[in-house]
Amino acid sequence: MASYKLSINGSSFSVEADPKMPLLWVLRDLLNLTGTKYGCGMSQCGACTVHLNGNAIRSCTMPVSAVGTQKITTIEGLSTDNSHTVQQAWIAEQVPQCGYCQTGQIMSAVALLKRNPNPTDRDIDMAMQGNICRCGTYPRIRKAIHKAAAMMKQPPAKGF
Amino acid sequence: MQQKHSIDRRAFLKLSSFTGAALTIGFYFPALGRETAAIVTASTAENLGIALNAFISIDKNGSVSILNHRSEMGQGSYQAVPQMIAEELEVSLDQVSISFAPGHQNKYGNQITGGSSTVRGAWKHLLRTGATAREMLIEAAAKIWSVPKDECYAQNGEVIHRPSNKKLGYGELVEEASKLTPPKQVVLKERKKYNLIGKPLPRQDTPLKVNGRAEFGMDKKLPGMLYAVVERSPHFLGKVKSYDDSAVKKMPGVKHVIKVHMPVFNTVREGIAIVADNTWAAMQARKALKVEWDTTGFEHLDTAALYNRMKEDLKKPGLSQRTGGNFEATFAKASKKVEAVYETPYEAHACMEPVNCVADVKEDRAEIWGPIQGPDWIQRDLADRLKIPIDKITVNMTFLGGGFGRKAFTDYTTEAALISKEIKAPVQVVWTREDDMTQGPFRPGAMYECKAGLNNGRIAAFQTKMAAQNMGHQNPGADKTSFNDSITEGLPEPYLNSIDHYSFSDIPTESPIPVMWWRSVYSSTNGFAYESFIDELAVAAEKDPLDLRRAHLRDERYLAIIDKLEEITGWKSRGKNSGWGVAITECFKSIVGEAVKVSKQADGKLKIDRIVAVMDCGWYVNPDIIKAQVEGSIVMALGAATTHATNFTDGKAVETNFHQYRMPRISDVPDMEIYIMENEEKPGGVGEPGLPPFAPALCNAIFDLTGKRIRKLPFNMNEV
Repeated sequence: MASYKLSINGSSFSVEADPKMPLLWVLRDLLNLTGTKYGCGMSQCGACTVHLNGNAIRSCTMPVSAVGTQKITTIEGLSTDNSHTVQQAWIAEQVPQCGYCQTGQIMSAVALLKRNPNPTDRDIDMAMQGNICRCGTYPRIRKAIHKAAAMMKQPPAKGF
Repeated sequence: MQQKHSIDRRAFLKLSSFTGAALTIGFYFPALGRETAAIVTASTAENLGIALNAFISIDKNGSVSILNHRSEMGQGSYQAVPQMIAEELEVSLDQVSISFAPGHQNKYGNQITGGSSTVRGAWKHLLRTGATAREMLIEAAAKIWSVPKDECYAQNGEVIHRPSNKKLGYGELVEEASKLTPPKQVVLKERKKYNLIGKPLPRQDTPLKVNGRAEFGMDKKLPGMLYAVVERSPHFLGKVKSYDDSAVKKMPGVKHVIKVHMPVFNTVREGIAIVADNTWAAMQARKALKVEWDTTGFEHLDTAALYNRMKEDLKKPGLSQRTGGNFEATFAKASKKVEAVYETPYEAHACMEPVNCVADVKEDRAEIWGPIQGPDWIQRDLADRLKIPIDKITVNMTFLGGGFGRKAFTDYTTEAALISKEIKAPVQVVWTREDDMTQGPFRPGAMYECKAGLNNGRIAAFQTKMAAQNMGHQNPGADKTSFNDSITEGLPEPYLNSIDHYSFSDIPTESPIPVMWWRSVYSSTNGFAYESFIDELAVAAEKDPLDLRRAHLRDERYLAIIDKLEEITGWKSRGKNSGWGVAITECFKSIVGEAVKVSKQADGKLKIDRIVAVMDCGWYVNPDIIKAQVEGSIVMALGAATTHATNFTDGKAVETNFHQYRMPRISDVPDMEIYIMENEEKPGGVGEPGLPPFAPALCNAIFDLTGKRIRKLPFNMNEV
C-alpha cells in the first residue's frame, strides 16, 4: 500500500492504495466516482475512458502509481449541470440507450473535439474505434459529435 | 431453477395480463428530484406524496411520481411507461419524476422484461391506471366545488370547471382524491387527442446517462459493503474437487474465501468466492487460488462435434407440430426442388455491464439490488431458496447496462444472496468480463434444413427442420418429447396461408451448455434460415425477391411493408446485380422489413452502402425510441452475422473477452434509414423485432452482388 495525491476534476484527493491498482478501481471503489465504468479490464472496450491531462486513456489498465501529478478528468468533471457542449449534443441526438458505455464514449469524444474541432466521419471512426456500444448507438454518436462540433462554433458554447 | 419457476416464455407472457393488479390506496412513495433516479423501497419510502394507485402518487405541490415496473436496459421502458400513464393522467412529463418499482407481482403485474412485452403487454392497463387517477382527481374537484363531475375536465396537472373556469391543481386535490373509490370503468382518450403518445419526446433517462449519475448495478454501494468475485468451474457443470486458499488469505484486503454454488437450470455450478474490501483486491487474490475441478463427462464438449451432431440430427424426423397438406408428396412431384442447410452460432449476450448483484441477507429478510430483468420472479426465487417469507424479500432494479435476456436469469442473484448470507454482510458480486463471456447462458446455435418445391413460379411445398438446444428442456422435469414451437418464431405467418403443403419440425439437441433468451430469441436464428431460403426460392423461380414475397404474403400489413421498401430503395430502378437484398420477419407481434445495399470497394472488400428498415409495430408510444431500437437491433445482428460467435472446446467457452469476441465498432456501422408504419393495429414489440431480418437481408444483398450464397454465420465481410 502507498499514499497517492490525485488531482481529479480540479480537486485534490488522497488515497491509500496498492501501487498496481488500476485508476478505474481507485475512482470507483475508493473515491465513489462511479461514472467511470468497468467493461473489460484490458483496454478493449473504452467504458473506463477518462482524461489524463486532457488525453483520453483507459483507466482499467493504468496503475494508480503511474498517474503522478497528471490531471485526471472523469465524466463527473465535465460539468455539474449537463451544460458541456458534448453532453448537450448527446442529449439533442438522444444517443444513450442502456447508457453504460456512454460516459466513456463522451470522454473519448471530448478528447477528439479538443484536438480536432472539425472531425470528418473518418476522424470520428478513428478516434472512437476503441469504444464499444452493445446497444448500437454508433450512428447517433457520429451525429452527436458533428453536432457538438457545430455547436462549438456558435458562442456561447461551454466547455473546452 | 425450480420447476414452478421454469422459464417458459409463453407462461410469463400469459401472466402479463394485469387482472390481478389491484389499485391500492394509501401506499406512500417518495417524491423524487428530477435528476435522481432513486429506487423506491420499503426502507426508503417516505410520506412525501399520496398514492392514487400502485403506479401514481402526487405530492401537495402537484409533483407527480410515476413508477416504472419494468426494467430499463436501453429499450426505453423508463420513458414509455410514464409517457402512457402521463397521457391519460393529463400531465406533462416535466411534472413527473420516474422511479423503479421493486419486484411485486400482485401490485404491478408481470414484471419480467422480455419478449418485447412492456408496451404490448401492459398498454391497456397502464392507460387505465392513468385514466383512473385522472377521474378520481376530477371527482375530488367536483366534490369540493359541489358541481356535477361532467362539467369538469383535467388538463396539464389541473382540474378545470368548464362553466366558471375555476381551477384546482392536482396537489390540492390529491388528498381528497385518494379517499375516493377508484371508478370501475374509465373512458380512454382517442388516439387523435394524444398529447404525448406517438410523439418523439426526449427520454427522461438521457440526462442521467450523459453525466455518470444513472445508477447501474455495478454502481450500488451500501455501508459496510464488501466486494466479491467468484472462481467458477471453467467447464460447464464442473464441481469443486478440492481447493487451496492459503495464498489467497494472505493477499491484502481479503476477508473471506468460501465455497458457493449457483443454480443453472436443473443443476448447479460450483465456485469459490473471494470476498475483499474492494473489487480489484478480490480480483488479484483470485489469481492466487488453486482449485481442482471435477469435470467428468464434460471435457470433450466442443463446437465442431456439437454441430456434427446437429447435422446428424437433421436426418431424423424430429418432433412435428406445424403441418399442412402433404409436404412429402407435393415436394416429390414439384417441377423445381430447392434444398439448403443453414447454420448459426452460439452467442454471448455481452452486455456492456457485466453481470453483478448486491445482496444484503439477514436472518429474517433479504434485499438485493442489481441489473435485473425479472424482479418479481427473483423475489419468488429468493423466498424459496432462502426460506424467507416473500414479503421480507425486496428486489430492487437499478438501470441495466444491457440485458438482452441474460439478466432475466436467477443464477447471479441467488449466488450473491448465498454469499451475503454466509458472510453475514452486504456484498457486491462482480462478474469479470471473462466470467460474463464464458459462463453463459448463451444463445443456442442452430442448424436448419430447408426444402421447397416450386410449381409455376410459386412455392407449392415448404419444409424446415431445426436442430438446436431447446431452452425449455433445461428445466427440471421438462417434457423432452414436446415440440419446440419456437421454430416458427420469426416466420411471417401469411406464408402458411399461401403455401398449401408445409411441415415444421425440430430435433432437440442434447447439451450441457446453458442456453437462454438472446435478443429476439429463436427469431434471431430462424429469421436467417427462412428469409435466406425465400431468397433462394425467388432465384430458383426466376422472380424478383419482393415480387415473390408479394405473391405469398397476402396480408395488407405485409403488402404495405413491401410497397414501402420498394419505394424507399428505388427498388424497380435498381441495376441488375446492384447488391440489394431484402428480408421480412415477424417477431413478438411486430413485422419488420429490411433492405441492405452492398458494394465492392477498390480493394475488393465488401461495404454496406445503405440499410433501410420498415417497422410495423402497430399502435406505438415513442417513435424516436422505436428508431433507436431498430438501429441497435441491426448493429447487434451485424455482429452476430459478421464479427462474433461463442465457440467451445474441451468443455469451455473459447472467447473470453472483447479481443476474441469482436463486436462491431463505429466504423463498421453506416447510417440507417428507419421508417415506422402508421396503422390502427394493436401494439407489437419494439426492442427485438428489428434484429431477425438483418442477417438474411445482408446475405441476400451479397448474393445479389457476387452470386455467393452465405449459409453459415458468422462470416467475414472481408473474405467474401
